[in-house]
Amino acid sequence: MGNILTAEQKELVEMVRNFAIKEVKPHVKELDESGEFPMELLKPAFEMGLHCLEIPEEYGGAGLDYQTTAAVFEELAKVDAGYAISLVTTFVALRSVIMAGNEAQKKLFADMIIPGAFASFCLTEPNSGSDASSMRASAVKDGDEYIINATKCFVTNGGVADVFVVFASTDKSKGVKGISAFIVERSRPGIVVGKHENKMGLRLSNTTDVAFVDVRVPADHLLGKEGTGFTTAMNTLNVSRAFVGTLAVGICQAAIDEAVKYAIERIQFKKPIGQFQAVQMILADMEIQTEAARQLVHHAMILMDDNKPVVKEGSITKAFCGDTVVKVTTDAVQIFGGYGVSKEYPVEKLMRDSKVFQIFEGTNQIQRIVIAKEMLK
Amino acid sequence: MDILVCVKQVPDTAEIKIDPVTNTLIRAGVPSIVNPFDKNALEAAVQLKEAHGGSVTVISMGPDQAKAALKECLSVGADKAVLISDRLFGGSDTLATSYILATAIKKLGKFDLVLCGKQAIDGDTGQVGPEIAEHLGIAQLTFIAKIEVSGEKITVQREHDEGYEVIEAKLPVVCTVIKSINEPRYANIKSKMAANKAVIEVITAADLPEIDLTKIGLKGSPTKVKKTFTPPRKESGIRIQEGTGRESALKFIEKLVVAKLLNRGC
Repeated sequence: MGNILTAEQKELVEMVRNFAIKEVKPHVKELDESGEFPMELLKPAFEMGLHCLEIPEEYGGAGLDYQTTAAVFEELAKVDAGYAISLVTTFVALRSVIMAGNEAQKKLFADMIIPGAFASFCLTEPNSGSDASSMRASAVKDGDEYIINATKCFVTNGGVADVFVVFASTDKSKGVKGISAFIVERSRPGIVVGKHENKMGLRLSNTTDVAFVDVRVPADHLLGKEGTGFTTAMNTLNVSRAFVGTLAVGICQAAIDEAVKYAIERIQFKKPIGQFQAVQMILADMEIQTEAARQLVHHAMILMDDNKPVVKEGSITKAFCGDTVVKVTTDAVQIFGGYGVSKEYPVEKLMRDSKVFQIFEGTNQIQRIVIAKEMLK
Repeated sequence: MDILVCVKQVPDTAEIKIDPVTNTLIRAGVPSIVNPFDKNALEAAVQLKEAHGGSVTVISMGPDQAKAALKECLSVGADKAVLISDRLFGGSDTLATSYILATAIKKLGKFDLVLCGKQAIDGDTGQVGPEIAEHLGIAQLTFIAKIEVSGEKITVQREHDEGYEVIEAKLPVVCTVIKSINEPRYANIKSKMAANKAVIEVITAADLPEIDLTKIGLKGSPTKVKKTFTPPRKESGIRIQEGTGRESALKFIEKLVVAKLLNRGC
């Protein structure tokens, strides 16, 4: 894969790899156990600009292409995918505003995020997961304001975000065509952050409920027009699915690196276990699947860099990477044998981190529905 | 204030191999980095610039590939980077190197402060910084762990085994810094990309007409490396500090007795 990156891209990737290994990695085990949000460790990431790599320079980002950004985030995810997703969620939220908002909105949002702050994307509700049409959140126009009432759940960065993109219905009779998107600053009265989810994996990321109780926002905080929210959500998910894929690849690579190291060190029957074909078959399959996943990610990124639609490719990437990361990390645990399930060894954590990749950003079943719909169009 | 920082590109390895015949470093196949102490010097310079305004210029003497080291410096806060490079400079020892650097510094303009790392991790001589000060005819402050500047005055902490000295001097001076002075920052992705595109100015021997050609290169270098070896580790000493002088003396005697250097009977 190294061959498809230019020297300059490789240099950026290496710089971030060095940073992640030196500054983040030493703290991951402890933070995974405590479930604490690594705010102090994320501050240098802001200084480096990792939360706005692919944001155009005119809004204060680094203006990197999607492909390089993906390569950089694979490195961060190799060290910890939960750490990486706090940053991904932030720039994807900003990206949604850049795609759907007007100049003033883009500037408003970017000016909050670029100096170093988190953003959140508030779509999912307790009774509205895969089925966005059952959304209960409402936004009612009142003069030159909207009054938002919503209970959102599984909000990444919910407890730490300075600004949210909130989806709420402005016309419930229209189903998904009545959904609208709003910029909501954290400072507005009526925002209540619920408890932090005690999750199985990605434990360095912050995931909370966020309730909006009669939260008033100026009418100019509406992104696009009333009823275009669902399109905004889907366009954003197309981007985030490809990025979720790159994080999955990072976890896969971490699992492979650990498994290879162990297969060389672990002696059974007077040989390193890596010399047994039974283990070689597993390692080779891990490598095949991971490399295929990585190529899908880069293909989707190249398409996005070309401004081509990635509805099908984004879903293919997300579903394949999500299934692959579960398989590859499970295999890594298998290679470690009994030590694999021990928290003293690094691979059980990777297996725990992997599962959600078949669930969030649209379950892998939903991805297959999207793919089939595109095929039958 | 205008600050000049001298950096050296060095091989990135903890186990540097030495050619047993020539007693010099084998550089082939080893990735190059900016000498870590020089990164501390640059960080100190950038922090001073952020506090007091001014500019940070970085120079390095070396082959064309040392431009990579200078670009790295640009990505973490240097404003300008200049490579001092010429075949005539090749083979220079520390004396010749510091003479060339000092000559280039004079050409580049007036600087309030010249910062260097305390030594390079490849040669480990620690001589170039102090020699630059001599060539420039200004004061030197070595092994510095803290720098404060107020107007024309610089106040530093100079580290040594027993603690530190606080020294004041009038600018301009040459300062060599140690690792504990700061934690060098990571490059910002934007500045990194900008640095990659930067064009590095090159100064050659022809650009320094006043340079004395007998003082540079292999011929201008009096140093001959006879043998390179790792000196034995210095054992740490024992500090005896009891409540009173008498108690300290008794403890000291006790240690001598235990070490069989003194017989209790006498």
